[in-house]
Amino acid sequence: MTGRSTSIRTRRWPVKAAGGALLVLLVAIVASGCGSSNGATAGSATTLTLYNAQHEQTTARLIAAFTRQTGIKVRVENDDEDVLTAQIEQEGHRSPADVFYTENSNWLQQLGERGMLEKVDAAALANVPKQDSAGNGDWLGVSARISVLVYNTSKLTASQLPKSVLGLAEPRWKGKIEIAPSETDFWPIVSSVARADGHAAALAWLKGLKANAGENDDVPDNETLTSDVSQGTTDLALINHYYYYRLQAEVGKSSVHAKIAYFAPRDPGYVEDISGAAILKSSKHKPAAQEFLDFLTSKAGQTVLAHSDSFEYPIREGVPANGELTPLDQLAPNSFTPAELGTGLDAKTLLQEAGLL
Amino acid sequence: MVALGALIALVLLSPLVLIALDARSAGWGEIHRVLFRSRSGFLLRHTVVLSLLVVAFAASIGTAAAWCTERAGIRGRRIWTVLLVAPVAIPDFVVGYAWHSIAPQMNSLLAAAIVMTLGTYPLVYLPVAAAFRRADPTMEDTAHSLGVGPVATFRRVTLPLIRTALLGGCVLVVLTVISEYGAFEILRYQTFTTEIFTEFQFEPQAAGALSIPLVLLGLLVLGTDLIIPRRRSARIAPRRTVIRRRLRPRTAIPLAAGLVVLIGLGVGVPVGTIVYWMIQSQHTTLPAAATLGSATWATLRYSALGAGVAVTLALPVAMMTFRRSSPTRMLLERSTYVTQALPGVVIALSLVYFATRYAYGVYQTGLLLVAAYAILHFPLALVCVKTSVAQAPSQLSDVGRSLGKGPVVVFLRVTLPLLAPGLLAGFCLVFLTAVTELTATLVLAPIGVHTLATQFWAYQSEVAYGAAAPYALVIIGLAMVPGALLGLWFDRERLVPGR
Repeated sequence: MTGRSTSIRTRRWPVKAAGGALLVLLVAIVASGCGSSNGATAGSATTLTLYNAQHEQTTARLIAAFTRQTGIKVRVENDDEDVLTAQIEQEGHRSPADVFYTENSNWLQQLGERGMLEKVDAAALANVPKQDSAGNGDWLGVSARISVLVYNTSKLTASQLPKSVLGLAEPRWKGKIEIAPSETDFWPIVSSVARADGHAAALAWLKGLKANAGENDDVPDNETLTSDVSQGTTDLALINHYYYYRLQAEVGKSSVHAKIAYFAPRDPGYVEDISGAAILKSSKHKPAAQEFLDFLTSKAGQTVLAHSDSFEYPIREGVPANGELTPLDQLAPNSFTPAELGTGLDAKTLLQEAGLL
Repeated sequence: MVALGALIALVLLSPLVLIALDARSAGWGEIHRVLFRSRSGFLLRHTVVLSLLVVAFAASIGTAAAWCTERAGIRGRRIWTVLLVAPVAIPDFVVGYAWHSIAPQMNSLLAAAIVMTLGTYPLVYLPVAAAFRRADPTMEDTAHSLGVGPVATFRRVTLPLIRTALLGGCVLVVLTVISEYGAFEILRYQTFTTEIFTEFQFEPQAAGALSIPLVLLGLLVLGTDLIIPRRRSARIAPRRTVIRRRLRPRTAIPLAAGLVVLIGLGVGVPVGTIVYWMIQSQHTTLPAAATLGSATWATLRYSALGAGVAVTLALPVAMMTFRRSSPTRMLLERSTYVTQALPGVVIALSLVYFATRYAYGVYQTGLLLVAAYAILHFPLALVCVKTSVAQAPSQLSDVGRSLGKGPVVVFLRVTLPLLAPGLLAGFCLVFLTAVTELTATLVLAPIGVHTLATQFWAYQSEVAYGAAAPYALVIIGLAMVPGALLGLWFDRERLVPGR
């Protein structure tokens, strides 16, 4: 080959340039084709950003009612509460979230201890019983759930059930129970038992549960626990009450071969768990966020909650729960409060010591 | 080329930076406690045993299926391709749930092995099928004519032809098993990854650190790939010499039956479960057409773009190691696989970290989501593209150049068509996987944008299976599209001039 220089370096430049141009073109297509911006304020109406870990359909109804009442729009990101907490912590002060609504209070407590929450207005805090919100006003309680036993009706009768949660560790329940220790709903029960009977007794109880559950000591979630009991895969399990009602709503009462039972009054296992919401310090729409929290605990908001498919208990005075549920004032949970649950650290330690986590 | 490859590798490895930072802030004490307790040994054993089982089964099934559709001359190849590739697009939850309902008492290792094999054999099937597509069948005919039996022919002639593809597929299978979570949760098979998710709830930073053994395991797997000697694959088939074999019913029927059983298990069982949900549910109202439509469009848009970007980025990385092999190039190429071993949530959170600190403008926009898809599924594209690059002889592009055409033209008119099967297979594979991608989508999608996978999850996590079912069906329907396109393209290839 004579004539032009045929050094390899010269020949490769056009290829590289073409490749680079192609990449740039692709990025341009991608950028234009992807549209949606991440801005939150649009025109005159304020738009709140809510990170939601609660029942998605119920939250959608609450938001619709809120927007109708105040004109403030809300856009929602849904995910599990642990992922959302991690996401908020990663985002830090640049988080686009204004409000965080979770299933269990310990996540809010965790964020509060890291100083990431804005104090809730006294007006909203006054809507619900004082012990159901954070002591320092970091977060607001919205709804309650009760821990119950769910049992298979063809294998057990109500009289055979243990009256205390500690009874589940007895040898006669070997191979008849399943547990889901990684479910955050389980931690308040563990904390409550530790508070009532001490660390050592709680550890012994957990080890007893582990022995009784055998292979099934790591069921992923309460939904599976409930359907396993209903199908007869196991006899007995510990859940929060609403899983039972949701299963009934999904497959019909005739297909559910299970019932729930409450523990003896004030038993350590008879726990009222609170689900709450908080405002992030990094929020750019704090007044609107305060309004939203106020709405969640107002008569209107709590009524929407009561009539929804979430089957949780509204905690505001004078708002009756869903007709299917046993009214809260007829129940006798012990005095365990969210403050005593804290960030769930002692529950986690116990579970790890027992080898369940 | 190396510079471009290095840049891509850097981007793909960025999640590891976050893991390192998280590990530092979590503190050595917590990490030490989590990594070195006796449970870790137990989990590691579980992971390794399962990986070995699954890779053995998936490799055999994938290769056998590829041989049936590409070499054995079975009829209706297009339909078989579509159905055989579909399992990748079925949500893990559905598959795990289906098998758990069918046999709740089945040994968890066996159940996990079945579920993973059925879910990962397409990762072997696609690259190997693309390899068969391009490789010369006359070599096998020559072997037969020389008196070599079928088994020996397979071992000595066929296997070397598909070696790169098969190994690449096996690496993907192992990495996928290591990072799997959804199905194992339901089947109660505990691995390192399920442990990460549990730990994530208490100590997200320690959870990141727990990913380190996964990365190491992944590197180990990639390392074994290097031990096996590499050879440049054989020449391309001149189309004129391919004779369509007519199978006798005696051979055709058992082969077809085998494929039907495979498809029945891989696609039929999950679809049956979904239909059962719809029948059993009290909430029989179908989702609003608007929601379904917008979710489908969002899924289509993001998955297609993600697949396109992944394949485009895979091209320079694949070409980097085949034109000239050197330790640096090999290292760079290998490093891009590492993220396949990591759980999606770890990668998603690392992108959150980077975006909120350095590129806030793209946080929670479509661009970041597409980038996430490309990063998450890059190795899938790479394996398929590498197969084609291995088989595309450089002599043909040299011929093009010697005829006076510039390098860009040669690339577009000679090299790219030669690479087409691998590029398309890579696009399909990434598209199918992205369609069911959940954890990263939940975190990174623009707020208010829903994909089919997130809508499915919204209902499934609330036990509203009847409402979730239509979304799952649409996902599976969508999965048929790339498979069909792939089949159509393969059948309409132009003749390549023979040597």
